[in-house]
Amino acid sequence: MSEALLSARDLTVRFGGLVAVNKVSFDVQRGEVFTLIGPNGAGKTTVFNLISRIYQPTAGGIRFEGEDLIAQPPHAVAALGIARTFQNIELFEFASVLQNLLIGTHTHRRTNLWQDMLFTGAARKAELHARRKAEEVIDFLGLQRHRDSMVAGLPYGVRKVVELARALCAEPKLLLLDEPSSGLNVEETEDMAFWIEDIQSDLGITVLMVEHDMSLVSKVSDRVLAMNQGEVLALGSPAEVQAHPGVIEAYLGSTDDLSSLRRQPA
Amino acid sequence: MQFIQLIISGAAQGCIYGLIALGFVLIYKATETVTFAQGDLMMVGAFGGLVLMTIVGMPFWIAVPSAIAAMALFGMFAERLVIRPVLGQPQFSIVMLTFGIAFIVRGLITMLPVIGTETHTLPVPYKDMTLRLGELVLAYEQLVIIGATAVLCLGLYAMFRYTKLGIAMQASSQNQLAAYYMGIPVQRLNSLVWGLAAAVAAIAGLLLAPITFVHANMGFIGLKAFPAAVVGGFGSLPGAIVGGLIIGIVESLSGFYLPEGFKDIAPYIVVLIMLWIKPNGLFGEKLRKKV
Amino acid sequence: MRFIFKTDYDQDIRLVKHGGQAFWYGLLGVALLLAPWLLSEYLLAQLIFVLIYAVVGLGLMLLAGFTGQFSIGHAAFLGVGAYTQAVLAAAGWPFPLALACAATLSAIVGIVVGLPALRVKGIYLGIATLAFGFIVEEGMARWESVTGGNAGLHVKDPSFFGWTLNTNVEFYFLCLAVTVLATLTILNLLRSPTGRAFVAIRDSEISAQSMGIHLARYKTMSFALSAGLAGLGGALYAHKIKFLSPEQFSIIQSIDLLLMVVVGGLGSVHGVFFGAIFLITMPQLIAIGKDYLPESVGQSPGLQLVVYGAVLVAFVMFEPHGLYGRWLKIRTYLQIFPFYRAGMFKRQKAFQKSDRLK
Repeated sequence: MSEALLSARDLTVRFGGLVAVNKVSFDVQRGEVFTLIGPNGAGKTTVFNLISRIYQPTAGGIRFEGEDLIAQPPHAVAALGIARTFQNIELFEFASVLQNLLIGTHTHRRTNLWQDMLFTGAARKAELHARRKAEEVIDFLGLQRHRDSMVAGLPYGVRKVVELARALCAEPKLLLLDEPSSGLNVEETEDMAFWIEDIQSDLGITVLMVEHDMSLVSKVSDRVLAMNQGEVLALGSPAEVQAHPGVIEAYLGSTDDLSSLRRQPA
Repeated sequence: MQFIQLIISGAAQGCIYGLIALGFVLIYKATETVTFAQGDLMMVGAFGGLVLMTIVGMPFWIAVPSAIAAMALFGMFAERLVIRPVLGQPQFSIVMLTFGIAFIVRGLITMLPVIGTETHTLPVPYKDMTLRLGELVLAYEQLVIIGATAVLCLGLYAMFRYTKLGIAMQASSQNQLAAYYMGIPVQRLNSLVWGLAAAVAAIAGLLLAPITFVHANMGFIGLKAFPAAVVGGFGSLPGAIVGGLIIGIVESLSGFYLPEGFKDIAPYIVVLIMLWIKPNGLFGEKLRKKV
Repeated sequence: MRFIFKTDYDQDIRLVKHGGQAFWYGLLGVALLLAPWLLSEYLLAQLIFVLIYAVVGLGLMLLAGFTGQFSIGHAAFLGVGAYTQAVLAAAGWPFPLALACAATLSAIVGIVVGLPALRVKGIYLGIATLAFGFIVEEGMARWESVTGGNAGLHVKDPSFFGWTLNTNVEFYFLCLAVTVLATLTILNLLRSPTGRAFVAIRDSEISAQSMGIHLARYKTMSFALSAGLAGLGGALYAHKIKFLSPEQFSIIQSIDLLLMVVVGGLGSVHGVFFGAIFLITMPQLIAIGKDYLPESVGQSPGLQLVVYGAVLVAFVMFEPHGLYGRWLKIRTYLQIFPFYRAGMFKRQKAFQKSDRLK
């Protein structure tokens, strides 16, 4: 069995007295779409923030491609090949979509400060290369219309796509998507599902996703991890996890309570 | 003995810094705006008292509240006219606006015929009186400053802690839109806060005037109040006063014990040290964005 | 209305985007080259000041406008550059070497001043820079053996390898060359990854980190470049003004610099030049206007303060994009006349959100 792309072992995060994540372990295999589900407050985004190195774990470790990830500072994560989108969109509001995407290509820059200041031939070549990469992503996601628009004026659905595009510009090995369908209508969610499938099959990128929309989860995921109150509840295929009694209880309450939902005879 | 004198005079000066810093922190807590105009508002308050007492001829105990009330109105007026339209702009722009207000105010005072360009004494009833405690000679002016500051602080602290007004102010500073939704009269609150801050500045000016005399460049002391606010922690009212006291005492001691020139930059060295050790100040809150 | 038909990515990267720009900037270039013969001695001197302040302004704009780092003590860098240049020129160093040294020393001081930026943001950083400004100013006043203290320091004319620039015209071309090079450098930065990284840091630090931007390194770089440019401007300033004293680099000067970038238009290179022109012409305009005002108002020392204050307030309230923003609106109006609509450049109403959580 090939080594997992990302493996988390006994991850624990404590914020003061609150245990946000408690001994969470999982593996993400190369090339799969792995989804974290769970009610709000389960600790899913916290796990993401651990992988992005925005938070420091109280205990436990994460290995990416066999190397220790916890030892890395936040800005090194992109260079290793991990890109992410944010739950509450964190775009550069006063720049155009294209500029946002070009910033996304930053890890692949090949020029240093002096080359930039003098704008040497090498700098020009690198710029054109970055531009070509950004255009590929624009084509992939259909953002041509919005290329030069300032992000601050764009509608929410488009901004979510730009956020995704920016992450793709980093040419990652692992893509972290934080609630990609939140705030999107049915049609936009379907587009998102197609894109995630294309990202997996055409671009060969491994996807680790946090998601609430169960139909999207069932459609695109290879494996699902259910979390509740910072702990792992279940791990398996989407169907297995959704049928898991513990998961149902976490979302809907215990089966005993269903009697209160039954209609009383007239 | 010299040491205690230095501490007391440092504390008195520190209270002034603290009062001006209090004004900043009030405005910052309520509207998250940083204002550089407090020092000059203090100067206007002092001039106001001067005019009322010398030219209009009011007795001290009427002139002081009148000057404070007038400044409060001025603060509310300034907020309504120039601050309200620009809320929502980047912090940097609003700071520049407050610099502009400071310039205008200082320029107008300087333009006043006869009194604008001169230095004046403020006729306070406790002028030049001293208290003797054993070997200590304490100037009434300094004691009044410390006493008045203490009273004011308690009052403001109680207001923020125990009244709806205080909580509403904090809410509107953190998320204005949400505050609007909750029915908080955000704009009226902001007016009130600016009025309050201007009143505090006026009090500071009237307290300081016996020591430094009334002149148009009094406001530059306001720049030293910033280190005070930072040392205390920018969102904290007691912090502003504590920060002010620290700065004042350090300044006073370094003026005596350290070579010439250190007195002027002592506050700034202190603030740099504080930013290095504890960036959020002594009582400041460490907030982190949740993504 | 000009529609640019783009066929090549190169077109987006080029500094001169189309024929119209080439024409007008070319005309500007010719005018600047002929300036010594078109302008009076006095006006030429003022133009030199505009160029010098523009160089400093480019630095401050890079730091405050493009990287979003508050700097309220920027005059300190101006002072470091000026005094370094004066001291080295007096010691007989050739001009270009002294200039490079002044800029480098300022950049190093900039790195030191920028250290707090790695830990604190927003107003805290502003206070830290303010503090440094005061400390540097005091240092300049106290270090009398080098700077002459409050008594002041005379500055020799720039000279290298026997050739001394002692006429206005020669000095003007020197300043023009430095300004053009500085502007091109900044423009190059802005169209390259480094410049974009700066803008990213301004708009969202967490995002920038996720994109792989090393915050500490880029913030330090921004401070260093900004201070270096200010020092460069300072060195030229020293030669122009010929006499230095510490109070030329006080907080008042720092606020003047900030005024320049805010009134000019925060976040644009054009804004720097508009701001510099504003800063230099405003006193002249006040001097002219004085005669039309009643005695007590016109002759008062407070008049300049009131005018500066009123202009600052007016710009922040009514034209937050500064002079450049207003110029853009006028130009658009003329370009698409009669289709200009009143609300074209209106920003969406922003409700104030906590800046602490950025």
